[in-house]
Amino acid sequence: MALLVVMSVALLLICLQFGTQWIGLSQIIDIVGQVLREGTVESDHIGTTGVILIQVRLPRVLLGFLVGACLASVGVVLQALLRNPLADPYVLGVSSGAALGVALAILLGVGTTVVAFSVLPLCGFAGGLLSLVVVYRMAVSYGRLPIHALLLAGVILNAIFSAMIMFVTSIMEPNRSVGTMTWLMGTLTAPSYPALAILACYLLGGLFLLVKQARRLNVLTLGEESARSLGIDTEHVKRVVYVLSALITGAVVSVSGMIGFVGMVIPHAVRFLLGADHRLLLPASACIGGMYLVIADTLARTLLTPAEIPVGIVTALAGGPFFIYLLMWRKERFA
Amino acid sequence: MSLFPEHAHSMIDKAPGLGAVASRRAYQVRSLRFHYHPLNRGAASWVLDGLTFDVDAGEILGIVGPNGSGKTSLLKLLAKVLRPHAGDIALFGRDLGTMPQVEVARTVAFVPQENPQVFSFTVMETVLLGRYPHHHGAKWSAGFGWESAEDVLIAEQAMQSTDLTHLAGRSVMELSGGERQRCMMARALAQAPQVLLLDEPTAFLDLQHQIEICAIVRRLKEERGLTVVLVSHDLNLASQYCDRILMLKAGALFRLGPPQEVIDADVLRAVYGCDVLIDRHPESGVPRVTMPQYRSAKNLGDRL
Repeated sequence: MALLVVMSVALLLICLQFGTQWIGLSQIIDIVGQVLREGTVESDHIGTTGVILIQVRLPRVLLGFLVGACLASVGVVLQALLRNPLADPYVLGVSSGAALGVALAILLGVGTTVVAFSVLPLCGFAGGLLSLVVVYRMAVSYGRLPIHALLLAGVILNAIFSAMIMFVTSIMEPNRSVGTMTWLMGTLTAPSYPALAILACYLLGGLFLLVKQARRLNVLTLGEESARSLGIDTEHVKRVVYVLSALITGAVVSVSGMIGFVGMVIPHAVRFLLGADHRLLLPASACIGGMYLVIADTLARTLLTPAEIPVGIVTALAGGPFFIYLLMWRKERFA
Repeated sequence: MSLFPEHAHSMIDKAPGLGAVASRRAYQVRSLRFHYHPLNRGAASWVLDGLTFDVDAGEILGIVGPNGSGKTSLLKLLAKVLRPHAGDIALFGRDLGTMPQVEVARTVAFVPQENPQVFSFTVMETVLLGRYPHHHGAKWSAGFGWESAEDVLIAEQAMQSTDLTHLAGRSVMELSGGERQRCMMARALAQAPQVLLLDEPTAFLDLQHQIEICAIVRRLKEERGLTVVLVSHDLNLASQYCDRILMLKAGALFRLGPPQEVIDADVLRAVYGCDVLIDRHPESGVPRVTMPQYRSAKNLGDRL
């Protein structure tokens, strides 16, 4: 775990160097040192490079790490609860539900800007929770959750929500709708530090509460009846974890749009490397998910400089084929 | 702490309406009624209707009966995985209904028929999950804490009892059916229970693995005084390995007693609605059920 944290910090530093303008490591250290000494981030003191680093690149990289960590963790817990290794907030339609909630809020003018930290996360939460409940209800039959029923339910819900989101964006004012479209595709935009701090507290708190359920999640993978016979209040654990997942996804979607497949790719890779024990899997997935998204976002920023690709496109292009591979591999193995 | 504590606790509180001989009875079941759909109130919808019986401490009780006669539901009620709609169950003299689930889990281990696992936990990790009910003390450690050396020791003993030690590091997804069943039994034993509830422990297993599982069950009873309640479709297996057999018919108790009394041509005809041949097991002398030879309608006509 300590190793993972060290790796995360190192990776953040490396990724900070890349961008439209190359900023060397020594320069980064100089600027950060200066900011800490003088306590100011004005351009007169730290120069243009400093402003790019401190006000644009650093918050964006931190946000990326946070978003990636959250998406991967939600993926882990959804997979455990649904006993389905293909579950992911994006695939199950939780992200699009959250996005619809946020888009509606923007349309109705509840939030002022796309990244505003206001009621948008709550709208995302409501939408996400709604789609979780609907997907679960659609897929469950006689107390079981068949893998294919779950995926189908997610696909259908995604289609419906996408249509509604398109409708909502189509009746927005043109300048707003462009921003909303970019956001929907999954974009990381540098937030202000206070917004970042609030978001970090909220999300890290959520992750902490999820990690507290890690051992119960282990037992729940035995099946609900076994878990109940082992003394676990399964309904309570399910409620807590679903609500936390929807809260986290809602907040993440409200700041970064729909970034797909992180929640599926990362838990798989980490399970392969470290095993299935959620007490290790969950924090490790958070770290590696954060690193993954920071790398993906660095690619999105730099591949077509000075233009940017929405990071959601990068993760979908990487994660989609992986999903297909898993589906075919599973078919071979289980069907 | 030993893996299998003495089963005769000093029992404090008694369930209402139950006798005083509580401590020698693992279970006392009184007028148990259960159905799955609370809104469907027709008399025919009762899955279990008015069951009354005792399970002695240290015996192997087999629950048999036709499909849909309520065997599995009864087992789940005993595990408190399901709740009855009427009637009482006492576990070593204590009312099961008011016992916290985690306390039940320290006394009773339940192995369902199907044990789907889609994640690659190792056998050791899976067996250690059985230690969960013993960690319920502090909130934090219940949700996140790690197992102690003692837990590992108990898990190792449980794996030894089920002959799994050599597979400890293997992923449960790579196990064969028999190995997986043994793994789930080891997980149950790691709970250090006094009662083991098994739902169709030999279903889908080949002959060798069936014998293996049955031998483990007998050994656990003899060496550790474990009470075992198992559901089985296999009448011969029940006859050979169980001390007593409970025959269910349509949710009601039809016959309860030693195999000699329950595995009987008349009883089986009344319960299953078909004729079978009954003779004796060549070694133990317990009743043995054989399907009759197929006779075409023409041959039947000849005989008549």
